[in-house]
This record gives sequence, structure tokens and C-alpha cells, in this order.
Amino acid sequence: MSSTLQQLVNQPYRHGFVTDIETEVVPKGLSEEVIRLISKKKEEPEWLLEFRLSAYRHWLTLEAPDWAAVSHPPIDFQEIIYFAQPKPKKQLASLDEVDPELLRTFEKLGVPLHEQKIMAGVAVDVIFDSVSVTTTYKAKLAEIGIIFCSLSEAVKEHPELVRQYLGSVVPPSDNFYAALNSAVFTEGSFCFIPKGVKCPMDLSTYFRINTEGSGQFERTLIVAEEGASVSYLEGCTAPQFDTNQLHAAVVELVALDNAEIKYSTVQNWYAGDESGVGGIYNFVTKRGLCRGVNSKISWTQVETGSAITWKYPSCVLLGDGSVGEFYSVALTNHMQQADTGTKMVHVGRNTRSTIVSKGISAGRSSNSYRGLVKIGPKAMGARNYSQCDSMLIGDQCSANTYPTVEVQNENGVVEHEASTSRIGEDQMFLFASRGIGQEEAVSMIINGFCRDVFMHLPLEFAVEATKLLGLKLEGSVG
Amino acid sequence: MKLLQVKGLKASVDGVQILKGVDLEIGYGEVHAIMGLNGSGKSTLSKVLAGHPAYTVTGGEVLFEGKNLFELAPEERARAGLFLAFQYPVEVPGVSNSAFLRLAYNTQQASKGGEELDPLEFDDLVRERIKVVEMDPAFLDRSVNEGFSGGEKKRNEILQMAILSPKLAILDETDSGLDIDALRIVANGVNSLRSEHNAIVMVTHYQRLLNYIVPDFVHVMHAGRIVKTGGKELALELEERGYDWVRAAA
Ligand SMILES: Nc1ncnc2c1ncn2[C@@H]1O[C@H](COP(=O)(O)OP(=O)(O)O)[C@@H](O)[C@H]1O
Ligand SMILES: [Mg+2]
Repeated sequence: MSSTLQQLVNQPYRHGFVTDIETEVVPKGLSEEVIRLISKKKEEPEWLLEFRLSAYRHWLTLEAPDWAAVSHPPIDFQEIIYFAQPKPKKQLASLDEVDPELLRTFEKLGVPLHEQKIMAGVAVDVIFDSVSVTTTYKAKLAEIGIIFCSLSEAVKEHPELVRQYLGSVVPPSDNFYAALNSAVFTEGSFCFIPKGVKCPMDLSTYFRINTEGSGQFERTLIVAEEGASVSYLEGCTAPQFDTNQLHAAVVELVALDNAEIKYSTVQNWYAGDESGVGGIYNFVTKRGLCRGVNSKISWTQVETGSAITWKYPSCVLLGDGSVGEFYSVALTNHMQQADTGTKMVHVGRNTRSTIVSKGISAGRSSNSYRGLVKIGPKAMGARNYSQCDSMLIGDQCSANTYPTVEVQNENGVVEHEASTSRIGEDQMFLFASRGIGQEEAVSMIINGFCRDVFMHLPLEFAVEATKLLGLKLEGSVG
Repeated sequence: MKLLQVKGLKASVDGVQILKGVDLEIGYGEVHAIMGLNGSGKSTLSKVLAGHPAYTVTGGEVLFEGKNLFELAPEERARAGLFLAFQYPVEVPGVSNSAFLRLAYNTQQASKGGEELDPLEFDDLVRERIKVVEMDPAFLDRSVNEGFSGGEKKRNEILQMAILSPKLAILDETDSGLDIDALRIVANGVNSLRSEHNAIVMVTHYQRLLNYIVPDFVHVMHAGRIVKTGGKELALELEERGYDWVRAAA
């Protein structure tokens, strides 16, 4: 690979600054005592403390999974700070009370917190380390019965709803990191769209890890009742530290009869430097339950950051006629490792799922697609279509696909297509010899490759994703 | 002023010296043929002129409209009016031919201060120019060269030339792999693009293309040098007598 190609992929991380703000942290390490302290700081009800403690006790019996195609030194869970929040912690009556330093941080990240400046028509919940800083447009949404707030606030204001749905899709015992999250989750967003309501604006959460050595364990819960629909966007960044930071989130989606949830992510956590020092370990459990008939859950993700990504947004298609979709672009560069994909579990009759996965690997990175399509014994008439494409930039990276199909009734139809291509010097030279500069060439090739995924992103996110991929690849193709 | 002046050009690839002192002059309105056996360095010369990064210039100079060509990046050479039709066009999956052509066209227009075209306006232009190579407009919606036959790829190269209207077009073995009908179509296309403001260099080792596009000058390349230059009758002579006598004379 030529040096121009290298340069083009090797763009420095732009969100790597640290905000100088006084932070209150719970001492590092994990124990029942720490969990009780977190729960107390958050003034939680007894049942939630119990939820945490039983998850913790279960977690102690588990071992970290080792089946993913990623490698890292063992994580010392006693070295992690499980709770960090900007000081002072008091109820904020309005945005004017938010620390101006914090406001500036988000301005710098391109997420202005003042409602009038916010991207038109998007309600934003902002999570800084462990605490939700602000939720905009809340009052307006409340008028039509939509609850959109931080999870801790929901625990206080709508405990019955949280208790009904929390852990109903991803039980604390689900896997190692889900159990850990259930024990120590600190913040996240809660969305509840009541029966028959179509959410009039995109809801968005912006996550930021600021404190060195802290983990982020957010937990998001979205419930769409009968006939409701919502589009939810998630964005993430972190400063540049030499140490690895753990991000182990859980996201649960519940769609009742005829409800529709569209969940889009642009993930740009710090990926570590060129030689693989630092960066986020992004070990996330995301699952949607299509509980009702004809319900639909659609995941669209653009994964560009993190040192390691371990993430399989999935759909359980329980309701007859329900639909699950997964559209993914995962880009890895330098020493990044991504093992990502989806699970589509067909339980109900006439359920349908679509998987479109695009992996782009550059540098010395490794990028794997891992998918499971399961057609259960009662899922008569179920159908799945999967397409997994890989693009290699240069010759030191790798791409793998691990598709697994389990069909337990003869009636199911599963189709799978896969391809691998390489952006090489000769392609770049074709563009150059027609007068097209490198950045535009890479962006055109990558966009062409990702088109089938980008078309499912909300417009503003699609523009951002396109720019982000261009930046991430700058210097790597030539 | 000459359009292109190549003086004592030397170039290497992977440490192997391929061009060993090429001299060549091309004026506006001229058609040149560069002939020679496989491995004589014709593609190397073409790619060095276009600026392929794998090749290193080790000596000599090249002036394009009086300016040092090697001070320009490959994309700047293209914007200055240099065009290379590739011997082996690459495929670009996922990028539609029309989007690619439009980006190329608009980039070059922008650099000249000319008018850029939106997709609808460009569609009018491209549907007009595509007639030059008698290509089905369905090819515009397909990915660049992906799944094209050898002949379709070559026609697509000439379509790019027709869109970009270069001052100097180097056609590297555009005739090879073409059946006689395709050869006629491509030749007609190239002829229709000839003018007194541009020049065409055809790289070939067959005389048959030259029946359709008649050159003003024929050069014979051997072992990294141009060893003989003549008029169109030289091509016929090579066809009859082979290359040995030229080599012997060189
Ligand atoms: N990467 C390379 N390393 C060494 N020799 C090369 C390389 N690429 C091409 N060559 C040699 O350069 C010579 C000229 O090749 P080329 O310009 O393609 O010839 P032509 O187009 O006239 O057939 C050939 O002998 C070929 O083997
Ligand atoms: Mg050749």
C-alpha cells in the first residue's frame, strides 16, 4: 500500500480532548459496597438495588467470553471507576445551570445543548460520564404522552414502567457484560411512546466518556406501545487516553402490536493510536423484542471507533408477521478489532428479517461479521435475506464472515450473499487519471460500497456518517 | 509550442529500469502510433506520463504545453488535459458509471472555471456523447466496469475520453480484445473526437487499428527506447517484415 493510501486512512481523532471539570468519582473497583453506593447516590428504590445485586452475584459466577475474533489482555475489573459525575450534583432547573465548561464541550463536539440551536426537530439526551446532563424538548414531547428522559429520572418518575420492562429483553443473566451492566449501570435514556402515537421528531442520545479510567455502563430502554413509532439516534465519543476504557452498554427495545422502532447509531469512540495504545473496549448488548403482531425493529449502525467492538444488535421476532432489520457499516483501521453482526431469531409465523453488513478494513485491523439466523419450529413462512460485503484497503488488514443459520422448520427461506473486494492502487489511479482527488475518490468508493446501509439512516446522520468515514480513511488509500 | 515534448525519459519500476531514454514530440492536431513488441515499454511510458505511483522517473524531462509535467500530481495532469485509456481498465464496484463520469467531468470543469452540471444536465450530456461509442445507456447505471466484457470496458474508456475532451489522449492497446465491429465503433468514436486542438497517441502492436485511425507518425519502441519513427507506411512495413529489422538497425 502506498504512503498516500496510508495517510488517507490515518486521520487523527478529533474528539480526543478532555474537559477540565471537577468530577466526583466513586473509588475504583467493584464490590457489593460500590453497587450499594451507586444505588444510594442515585436514590434508587429497593427493587432496583436488588436487581443490581442479583446481577452482580450472577456475574461473579461467569467468565469473560472468548469466542469473538478479538484479542486483548484480560480486563482488571477492579481497576475501573464505575461511577463518575461532573460536580456539583444538584437538580438542574434549566440549561443555564449546566456548567459552562460542559456546554462548551458539547459545542466543540457539534452537539449544542441549547434547544434553539439544536438540529431542527431532534430531541437530545446527553450523557456525560455517568450522568445525564440534559434532555431537550422534553416538555413538548410530554404533551403527547411521550416520555423521553434519563433512565434515573424515569426510575423516579415512572418506576412502574421501568420495572415492567427493564431486563425483559436482555435479562441480567444473558451474558457476562450484560450481567456487569445490570449490576453497575449508571445512566442511559428512557423512551416510552404510548399507544397510537407516532413520535414527531427523532429522539437522540449523545454519550461522552470524559474521566480517565472510568467505564461507561449505560442502559437504554425504549418501549413502543401498540401502533406507536419512533426513530432513535445514538452518537458517542470519548477523549484520547493511553489506557483502555470499558464501555459495556445494554440497549433494550420493545415493540408491541404494529409498533415500529428504528434505532440508528454512529459510533466514534476513541479507537486508540496507530500502534493500538488506548481506545475504548466497546462490549455492547443490544436487542429488540418484536413482541406484538406486525411489529418492526430496525437497527442501523455505523461503527467507526473503539479499539475493540463486540456488538450484535439483534431482533427476537416473536409476534406473527413481525420484521427485523440490521443495516451495518463497520470500519476498522490501524490496530482496531471489530467483531460485530446480528442475530435474527424467528419465533412467530411469517416473520421476516433483512441483514445488510458492510465491513471496511484498513491498516492492520481486523473486521469480522458474525451472524445468526434462527428459524424456530413454529416460524412457518419465515424469511431471511442476508448480504455481507467486505472491503479491504491495503494488504495488511483482514476481514472474516461467520454466518450461522439454524432452520428448524422446512418452511423457512434463508438467502445469503457475500463478497470481498479491495481498494487498490489501480482503482485510486483510475480516479486520479480522470482528475479526481484522493479524498473524493475514497469517499466515492466507500459511499458506493455503503450505499445500501446509508440509505436507511436519517438524513443528517447519513451526512455525518459519510464525512466520518472520509475522515477515518484519510491517508489510507492511494 | 508543442503539446508534448519528451526528452531522454528514463523510468524504473520496483528497481528495474524500463524506460531507457525516450524522445518524443507531439504537436496539436496530430495522431501518433507507438508500436512495438510486448514488453518493449509502451504501457510503462503511458503510465509514467499519466503519473502512476508505482513508477519512478530516473531521468530526462517531459513538457506538457511547455510546463514540467512531473511537477503535477496525476489528478492535476488530468485536469491539464492529459488522458490515458487503460490497457486493463479496473472495476469499481458500487460506484455507478454515471456518478463517476459526472464527478470526473465536474472536477475538471471546476479546475477550469467552467460550468458544473447537476445530475439531470449531465445526463443530457452523457446521453449525447455515449452515441460516439454506440453504448447502451444502461451501462451508465452499472458500477464502473463491473462485469463488463473486455470490449465494453474499452468502449467505456473512450466514453470517458468523449466526456472529458482531453488535449492529449493516450490509448493503450484500446484495440486489443476487440472484435472487428467493436474495433470499427471505437475507431469511429476516436476519429469523431479528433480536432486541431488535441492529439491522440495510439499504443498498439497491430497494424489493423491504423487502417481505421490513420496516424501522422508511427514510432517503434524497443527495449525502453523509441528506435525508429516514420509515416503511416512504417506500420505497413512492420506488418510485412516484423520487428527484427528495426531492432537490428537500432
Ligand atoms: N513491477 C515490475 N517489475 C519489474 N519489471 C516490470 C514490472 N512491471 C513491468 N515490468 C517489465 O517492464 C517491461 C515493459 O512492460 P510494459 O511497459 O507493460 O510493456 P508493453 O506495454 O510494451 O507490452 C516488461 O519487460 C515488463 O516485464
Ligand atoms: Mg502494454
